[in-house]
Amino acid sequence: MNRLLALIGVLALASIPLLDIGNYYLHLLITILIWGFIYTSWSIMGRFGLVSLGHGAFLGIGAYTVTMLWNQIGLSPWLGLPIGLGLSALVAVVIGYPCFRFRIVGHYFALVTLALSEVVRLTIVALRDNTGGSLGMTPRSADTANSLYALQFADKETFFYIALVVWLFGLWVWKKVDRSMSRYALEAISEEEDAAASVGINVTRTKLTITVLSAVLTALGGVLYAQYQLYINPETVSGIAISLQIVFAVIAGGMYVQLGPTVGAVFTLMLAESLRIMVGHDVHGLDGTIYGLLLVLFIIFMPKGILGGLLSWWEKRQSPPPSAKPAPAE
Amino acid sequence: MLSVTNLTKRFGGFTAVDRISFALEQGEILGLIGPNGSGKSTTFNLIAGTLAPSEGSISFLGQDIGGRPPMAACHLGIGRTFQIPRPFKRLSILENIAVAAYYGQNGQISRTRAWEQAEEALNLVNLPSDPKSPVDGLGAAGLKKLELARALATQPKLLLADESLGGLDEHEMEQAADMLSLIRREKNITIIWVEHIMGVLMRVVDRVMVLDHGEKIAEGLPREVARDPRVIEVYLGSEEIKIADAQGDAGGDAGGDARA
Ligand SMILES: Nc1ncnc2c1ncn2[C@@H]1O[C@H](COP(=O)(O)OP(=O)(O)OP(=O)(O)O)[C@@H](O)[C@H]1O
Ligand SMILES: [Mg+2]
Repeated sequence: MNRLLALIGVLALASIPLLDIGNYYLHLLITILIWGFIYTSWSIMGRFGLVSLGHGAFLGIGAYTVTMLWNQIGLSPWLGLPIGLGLSALVAVVIGYPCFRFRIVGHYFALVTLALSEVVRLTIVALRDNTGGSLGMTPRSADTANSLYALQFADKETFFYIALVVWLFGLWVWKKVDRSMSRYALEAISEEEDAAASVGINVTRTKLTITVLSAVLTALGGVLYAQYQLYINPETVSGIAISLQIVFAVIAGGMYVQLGPTVGAVFTLMLAESLRIMVGHDVHGLDGTIYGLLLVLFIIFMPKGILGGLLSWWEKRQSPPPSAKPAPAE
Repeated sequence: MLSVTNLTKRFGGFTAVDRISFALEQGEILGLIGPNGSGKSTTFNLIAGTLAPSEGSISFLGQDIGGRPPMAACHLGIGRTFQIPRPFKRLSILENIAVAAYYGQNGQISRTRAWEQAEEALNLVNLPSDPKSPVDGLGAAGLKKLELARALATQPKLLLADESLGGLDEHEMEQAADMLSLIRREKNITIIWVEHIMGVLMRVVDRVMVLDHGEKIAEGLPREVARDPRVIEVYLGSEEIKIADAQGDAGGDAGGDARA
C-alpha cells in the first residue's frame, strides 16, 4: 500500500516536466529537491541527537573541490566528485573522531561543528587566488551547452531528473538507516552512552560511521548545487548562515520522519520567496532574523516539525478516544 | 574465573577503592556490601571497564582486562547493571533488550535471534515482551528488572548486579533475590551482587565481601561475616542493621551477636 503510494508519487513527480509548467516553477522544484536532499542528509545524523551546526563545511568542500578541479586542471566533475566526497569524509573523521573519542557531546559538539563551518568558509576566502574569495566562482563553461562530461545542462528538465534521482537516493539511504540495527544502537547512544557501551556497542565507531555518511551525502548535495547554479560563493555553500539554515529547515519540517526534511525545504523556500516578493529585493539579514524567530516558535510549539506534527495529529484522530470505545456488554 | 589483585582507584587525592583483592569461582554468587560511598559501584566500574584502575590488576578467564573499554569487557562476557537505571528511553522495552543481545554478542547473531533472546531475558525477569510496551510506564522495580534483562541479554558469563537502590519494598527485594538465584541456577552465570544492606542478600549468596571506605574489611560465608566485629562496627548505629532478619533464614545465632 505504502509502496504503491510511493510509486505513484514518484511517477507523478517524474511527469512534471512534461506538463510544461515553465522555468520558474521548474527552478523552484529543482531547488526543493536539491535542498530536500541536503536536509535529509543532515537529518540522517541529526535525528540521533548528533546536532551538527557545521554541515555548511561539507557543502563547501564538495562544491569547491569539484569546481576548482574542473576550472584549474579540467578534471571532469565525475572524477572530481569522488575526490570531493572523499575529502569531506576525511574532514568528518578528523573532526568526529576526537569529539566522539573524548565524548564531546550535545552543545559542545554543536559548537565544534559550528567552528568547523567557519573554518571552511574562511579557508575559501583566504584562498581567493584559486577560489575567487568572497566574490565566488563560476564553473568554466563546457564546450557544448549540454555536456555530460562537464555535468552542465542548459535545459532545466535534465537537471530536474538528476536532482530527482539524487533526492530519491537520499530518502532511500534514510530508510536504510532507519531499518538497520545501527538505528537502535544510535538511539541507545543518544540516550545513555555509558549504558550503550556496557552492552557492547562501539560508541565511537557507530557515531563516526553515521557522521561520515551524513557528511558525504551533504557534500554530494554541494556538488549538485554547484553544477546546477553554476555559481558558488563562500556564503551560500559554507559558513554559519547556511549551516544554521539547514538545521532550521529540518526542525521546521520534522526531523524524525522520512519526508520531514523535504517539507522543511518546501517551507524555507516558500518563506524566502514570499519575503523576496513582499519586500521586493533581498534585505540582508532579514531572512536570518525571521528564521531565528520561527525556529524558537517551532521548538516551543511544534517540536516534531510540520510533517511530524501533522502525522501525530492524524494518528491521534485515527485511534478513537477512550470514550468512543464500545461499552462492555451487560 | 575472576581474580582481582590489589585493585586501587584514586580520584585526585581521594582513594575510592583501596588495594582490594578477591577471587571468584565459576557459578558462585558473591555479595558485595558496604555503606554509602564505600566503593562498591567504583569496583564494578573498574571490572566493567567504565573506569581504568589506578593500580592493581583484574584477570577474567585468564586475560588481563584492567583498563579495557566497557565494550571489550562486555564482549568478553561481563554484563553489568547500573545502580541508577539507565534505560534507552526512545526504544521500547523489547528493543532495549534486543539491542543488548545483538551488540552484546558483537553482531554475530541474526536479528531474529536477538529478538528471541530479548524475549527470553524479559520472560526471565517477568517484564512484558510485547513489541510496543514503552519504558515510560515502568516504576523503580520495573526499571531494575529492565537493567537486569539488558545485562542478561548480552549472554554474560559474569553478571555484575548493582541492586543497591532504595525504593524497593520488602516484597520486591525478595523477588529480586529470587530472580538472581534463578538466574544462577538456570544459566549458570557467576554473579556479584551489590547491596547496601545484608538483608535478603544473605539468603542467596555463597559468600559476602564487605567494603568500608574503599577497603575490604571482611570476606567469608554470610553467617561468619555477620558475626565479624569490624562489620558489626561499620553497621552498628546505622538503621541498616537488618543482619538479624536475614540470619533468621540462614540459621545460626549471628543475629543475636549483631545486636549485641
Ligand atoms: N567519578 C568519580 N569522581 C570522583 N569521585 C568519585 C567518582 N565516582 C565515585 N566517587 C567517589 O568514590 C566514593 C565511592 O563511590 P561508590 O559509588 O563506589 O560508592 P558505593 O559503595 O557504590 O556507594 P553507594 O552505596 O552509595 O552506591 C564516593 O565517595 C564517591 O563520591
Ligand atoms: Mg553505588
